[in-house]
Formats: sequence, C-alpha cells, structure tokens
Amino acid sequence: MVHGEVWTAKELFVYPNEYIYWTIQIVMYPFMTGLVAGAFVLSSLYHVFGVKQLKEIARFSLVFSFALLPVAMMPLLLHLQFPFRGIEVMMTPHFTSAIAAFGIVFTTYGMIVAAELWFVYRKYFVETALELRQLTGRSVTQQFRYVLYSVLTLGAWDISEQALEKDERAVKLLAGTGIPVACFLHGYAGFIFGSVKANALWMTPLMPVIFICSAVVSGIALCIVTYIATMEIRKALHAWKQKSSPALPLLDEMKSAELQVVTMTARYLVMFLILAITLELLDLIFRGYTAVKSWDILRSVIYGKDFVNIFVIQYGMGNLIPFFLLLLPRLTIRRAVAGTLLVLLGVFMMRWNVVIGGQAFSSSFSGFMHYHLPIWPDNLETFKEGLFGALLVAITPFVLFWGLNKVIPVFPVKDTH
Amino acid sequence: MISRRNFCKKAMLFIGGVAVPVAGLEIFNPQRLLAEKQDPAKVRWVFLVDTRKCVGCGFCVRACKLENEIPYDANVSRTWVERYVVTRDGKVHTDSPKAARDGFTTKAIDQAGKGMLEIRDEDITKAFFVPKLCNQCENPPCVQVCPVGATYQTPDGVVLVDRTWCIGCGYCVMGCPYGVRFFHPVYKAAEKCNFCYHRISKGMKSACVEACPFGARTIGNIKDPEDPVTRIIMTERVAVLKEEYGTKPQVFYLGMSKEVK
Amino acid sequence: MSHVWRPLFVALAVVATILCMRLVLVPDDFGIHEQGYMYGWHRKGNETDWKNIKVKYRTTAYCINCHKDKYLDIKDSPHAAIMCENCHGPALGHPQDPRTLEINRSRQLCVRCHFKLPYPNSARGGIKGINPATHHPEAECVLCHYPHNPLRAAVRKEAKR
Repeated sequence: MVHGEVWTAKELFVYPNEYIYWTIQIVMYPFMTGLVAGAFVLSSLYHVFGVKQLKEIARFSLVFSFALLPVAMMPLLLHLQFPFRGIEVMMTPHFTSAIAAFGIVFTTYGMIVAAELWFVYRKYFVETALELRQLTGRSVTQQFRYVLYSVLTLGAWDISEQALEKDERAVKLLAGTGIPVACFLHGYAGFIFGSVKANALWMTPLMPVIFICSAVVSGIALCIVTYIATMEIRKALHAWKQKSSPALPLLDEMKSAELQVVTMTARYLVMFLILAITLELLDLIFRGYTAVKSWDILRSVIYGKDFVNIFVIQYGMGNLIPFFLLLLPRLTIRRAVAGTLLVLLGVFMMRWNVVIGGQAFSSSFSGFMHYHLPIWPDNLETFKEGLFGALLVAITPFVLFWGLNKVIPVFPVKDTH
Repeated sequence: MISRRNFCKKAMLFIGGVAVPVAGLEIFNPQRLLAEKQDPAKVRWVFLVDTRKCVGCGFCVRACKLENEIPYDANVSRTWVERYVVTRDGKVHTDSPKAARDGFTTKAIDQAGKGMLEIRDEDITKAFFVPKLCNQCENPPCVQVCPVGATYQTPDGVVLVDRTWCIGCGYCVMGCPYGVRFFHPVYKAAEKCNFCYHRISKGMKSACVEACPFGARTIGNIKDPEDPVTRIIMTERVAVLKEEYGTKPQVFYLGMSKEVK
Repeated sequence: MSHVWRPLFVALAVVATILCMRLVLVPDDFGIHEQGYMYGWHRKGNETDWKNIKVKYRTTAYCINCHKDKYLDIKDSPHAAIMCENCHGPALGHPQDPRTLEINRSRQLCVRCHFKLPYPNSARGGIKGINPATHHPEAECVLCHYPHNPLRAAVRKEAKR
C-alpha cells in the first residue's frame, strides 16, 4: 500500500498521487515546539524582565522547556520515511528549505537552554559534588553521582559571591538571547507551513506570528498545569510521608501551588491568547474579503467540513470558554486547571486544523481528502503515524522531566538562585 | 621544555583549529557559491501535450509504470490522464480512475468516496482528456524546499530525486502545486516523473511518448530551434498549468481549456 | 579566563564534532553544481545513477529487426501508430527469453480506445467504438478482428457470410 493510503479517504476529484502525507506527527511537531518556546518565554519573563511573581514558576518552566526539547525533534523523526538519515539535515543543509534551518536553530536553542540551566544549577552541582567528595567509602550510586556532578561542573568549582554574581548575569544574558531564538525556533515552524505556496490554506505571512503567539499560549498553559500538578503531588506525597514520620514539618509550611503565581501567569496567558485569536481572525476575514481563486474550496472546508473542529472545538472550547474561566474574578486552582487544559486543547486543535485542514482539499480545488487517525497499530507505519505514536510523543517530556528532576531538582530543599 | 601532556593538548587544539574552518568551507565554498548559472547547457528538455489528440487510452500510464518500475497495482503514478466532462448545467466532472492506467472504459465518472456518477449522453456539452506529468519547472518549488539536497535540477532542466539521500520528510510532496510527487511504495523515497531520464539521455524518447499512438505527447529540446516541438511552442498558442505559482512549468499544452485544473 | 565561558567551549566542541562528521559522512561529489545552490545542491553521481537505469521499452524500431513480417502487416493499417510493446509488453529481455512477452488478447486492451464515448471535443468521439456490454460480450475481439490489420478482419467476416 502506498504511504498515506491507509488513513486517507478521497472524495470527488483528487490528483492520483495526493494523500494526506503529513499526519498526526506533524500536528505534534508544532505543538511540542510551541510548548518548548512557550515554556522558555515564561521563564525568561522572570529572568529578563524581572517579573518577581514568576520566580517560583520560572525555574520550573526552564527545566521543563529543556525536557520538552528532545521531544520537539521526536515527531519529525517518527514521521520521516528514513529516520536514520535525519542527520543529513546537519550534514548537507539546503538553506533554501525552511526545514534545513531546523538542525541549526534547534542545536543553538538547545545549547542556550542547557547553558542557562548550567548557570542556574552550577552552585548546586558544585555543592553536591563537594559533599559527595567528603564521603569516604562511596557506594556505587554515590560514586556515579559524584562523577556525574563533577563532570557537570565542567571544572568550574568556584562558588564565591563574585562567581555567583557572574552566573546571575550570564543567566540574564542567555535568557535575553534565548527569547528571540525560541521565537525563531517556533516562528520558523510556522514559516515551514506559511511558505508552502502550493497550499492555499497555509500560505500566509501571518503564519509564523500566529504560531509564535499560540506557542506562548500553549507553553504557559502547560507550565501552569504541570506546576499545579507537581505541587499537588508533592503535597500528597508529603502528607503520606508525614503519617509515618511525624517529625517532618507540617503540611501548611510546605509550599503549595500558590494561587498568586497561577493568577499572574494566567494573565500573561490571556494576553497572548487575545493576540493569537486576533491574528487568526484577521487571516480568516482577509481571505474571505479578498476571495481569491482558492476561497471557494477553503470556504467549504472552513465553514463546512471542518466547522466543528474549527469553530466549536478550537475557538469555542479552546479559546472562548477558557477566556472567561481565567478572567472572571476570584480564580481558583481548579478553575485554572480546567481553563489551561482547555487552552491546550484549543492550541492542539489549531495545529490540527492547520496541518490536517490544509490537506483536506486537493490542490485541484475540486476534491476533498478525509483523514482517519489510525488508532490500533497493525504495522510500524500506523504506529508511528497513529494515535500511539502521538501518545508516545506526548508522554516523553514528562518522563524526561521526571528524570531531569533526579539530577537537577526543580524544588530543591536548599534555595539556589 | 614542552611536556607530553602539553604537546598533546596543543596538537589537539591545532588539529581542531584547522579542521573546523576546512569543514566549514566545505559548506560554503565561495567560489562555488559564485558559480552562477552561465547557461552552458545545450539541452533543455520540454514536453508538449496536444490535448486535442488524446483519447484517454492510458497506454502512456501503463508504459510509464512498467518502464519506471512503479508497482503496477499501487495507487500512485508518475503520469496520469484526466477526463473532463462538462454538462449542460455548467458543472465540470473530472476523474482519473487508477490514474487511467487501464484507460476510460466506462461513461460514469469516478467520484471516489461519492461513488460513480452516471451522465446522460445528451447532457454532455464538452468532454476531453488531459494527460498530466511532471512539469520540470524552471523554478521547481519541490527542489527549493528539499532540506538535504536530495532532489535537484540537472543542467538539462530535469528534476531528479536521489533515492539514497532522500530522508522522506514529504516537504517536496507538499510543495508541488501539481501533485506529481509521491513516496515510492518500494524504495520509500520521494518519486516523480523525470521524462524517463535514462531514455532521453540515450537519445530515445520517454516511454509515454513512444506509447502514445495518437501523437498527443511529444518531447523536445527547446534550445534547438530546429526541433519540431520547439517550433510548435514558438509559433503556436500554447498554455501551461498553474502559471500563477511562478514555477515556470516546461510542459506545454495545446488545446487547453479553462476547466483544466 | 572566567568560568563563564565554559559552556561556550562545550558548544564549540559540539559544532566541531558536527563539522568533522560532515567530512566523513558527506559523499565527495556532493556540492553546488551547474544550477547553483538553490536548484543544483546535490550528489553529482546520482545523475549517472539515473542514466544507468535499464531501458525496458525498446520501441518498434527494435522489433523490426526480427519481426519484419509483422511490421509489414501493420504498417499500412489504422493500427500502425500503436507500438508493438503496447500490446506485447516491454521487450527488455525478450530475445533471450521469448516467454517474457505476452500476447494480450483481452477485451480490456481493445476497449481502451474502442469503448464508445460520445465526447464531441475529443478525438475519442471520432474513433469507431462499441459498447462492450452488448457487443459480443462472450468473445475475444481477435476472434473476428485481426489486430495487426483491423481492416482485413472486416474482409474476413464478409467472406464468412
């Protein structure tokens, strides 16, 4: 069977070679990079602009952004026909293609985040390594940890006040340079779509901007949800531990998900949400007003075949409802969770409607293609480009975050900076 | 005195220091970058399709599939034939069942998911066939968007795909406004019509051209003013497909109609 | 030097590794060729790879070498323009192994052109055609029509009467 035939259903006249070639993984790709960029921008709000209320969530979102980073690449690799040739993007980059920049932008961004993390956690690395060095007769795990932290210090053992001050400045600088790079990383994901002149739905210069705005929205939303979730889990764990050993500090003293932080962050979310919706609607209105050749088929897709996906799920459930949920006074944690989850759904549906919706019509403008997401995988292809492949991508950042948390605790007992 | 440790360190630094700029220059060789198209080529392959002559027998599609080893039963093809039937109510009905591999042997229009549409003979006001193939554009968007340089334009204007270098991202498939690209069912790499490059570079004609009994398909060299194909393109009213995309397609059509997509 | 530069060294090491990998992994003939970086960034050897693909359809000129009689048969008939391999399959490997070629007698082959379609603007409308559902559906076309010269078949039919 031809690639794409399994999940494509054609209607009326579609060119013989046309199938839905870009599927769920290409929906996941901008969604995940969006989360990366958004999480990073959120952390930079504290580091660069000194939004003090975000201090708590800033470190958290920086680590989370780093955990999300490899996952931004994963859907692309799962989508490729030859995943092992993926390295060629770095070997023989063809920069007239938007995708070719991926290797370079991605590596640059990764290195910036890694460097920023290093500066934030350097004191912790040094202290832990020194602590372990003092131990005589280290166990295997302790030895491993000792070597790991020693390597992580990169040989910079100086944790004097002046040195730490330098770190602080470096963090600020990196966070500053990171913002445009993060925006570029994601804006250019929008450019990948926006520059395809063969696709009438994708081709708009607004695409990169829309992508950046919705990226920030989704990134902030995910950080809020994960932040609340981790806090609640820690609280529950703590309560459970307390039962066995009452010597531990009381529950109230434990830092809980501070409503203050959530409310503040939600404001930024709503701000970017408004920007994203404005641009999206502008694009839609402009298309309808100018009504070029492709408008007939676009209209039948937007207002007909994809009406529920676009207007009910994306704009209604994903934008309008959370807008009220987050803006109405006396925000509660529960409402914040519901609102941000809906926002995540809305951004995901926006990616879906762009990627899948853009392929819902033939470039002959006289036929349609329907996408049936493969649920149960019966071969590697339907796994990779099906529900389970997407779930794999969605779960990985949380696993990575958990693993990272073992090495660089997001909620340390001792306060780093 | 230089210690061994120091020597090793310095040597590594030196090798690294030399290797990096050398490797960097590999990507951006300024001389090569400057090497602009000076147009040394004496050949530029172009195609001429006379839609008035096409009867929709589909021999071209069959020949193409066998010549270029596209699995015969796979629902993709490097070339195909479209049928356009315009009815009295002004509606245009188009189809290309199995890329017209077996020709058109029914009056009903294949509407894919919507079933077959029967059209009464007396309702037909206009009906014709249009063969399609890769336009070997002068500005091929598929080549522009390939992130790794796996697809390229040869000096004689044909766009080829390097099956050993293609990563299978599908960007070229998305970038082509004509829908000629697909993934090869066996090799998995991006696949497209290349005017039968192995034939034309040996002085033969493309398989579809040979297979067409009606002379609807012809291939020629636009750089040669004596070429009959060139003469027709130069002297007669020809059209190209989807000019608005700025691709400068090099497949020219005689007897084109506004219904053709 | 300040410790602040340490991450930069790591970054530079990563870049150097990538550039060194390039030297190993990229084929020698990969580069910018005649068409410039935009359209000519490729492995030159691939052009030869494509040129070296075997030609399967040898065309009528090749068939004449051995089957002159058949050629003379068809050359003055209305079917003269149909190349031998359209009905007999590509000739690659044929003289060595004659059985690779088929003799396609199916009705599907003939109706490619001779299924009557009432298309006024197309050459198809002018071709003599039948409706295969009503025109002797049980018989192969070649029983009555001699494919190498359909005109002669008509004569044969008249003689039978």
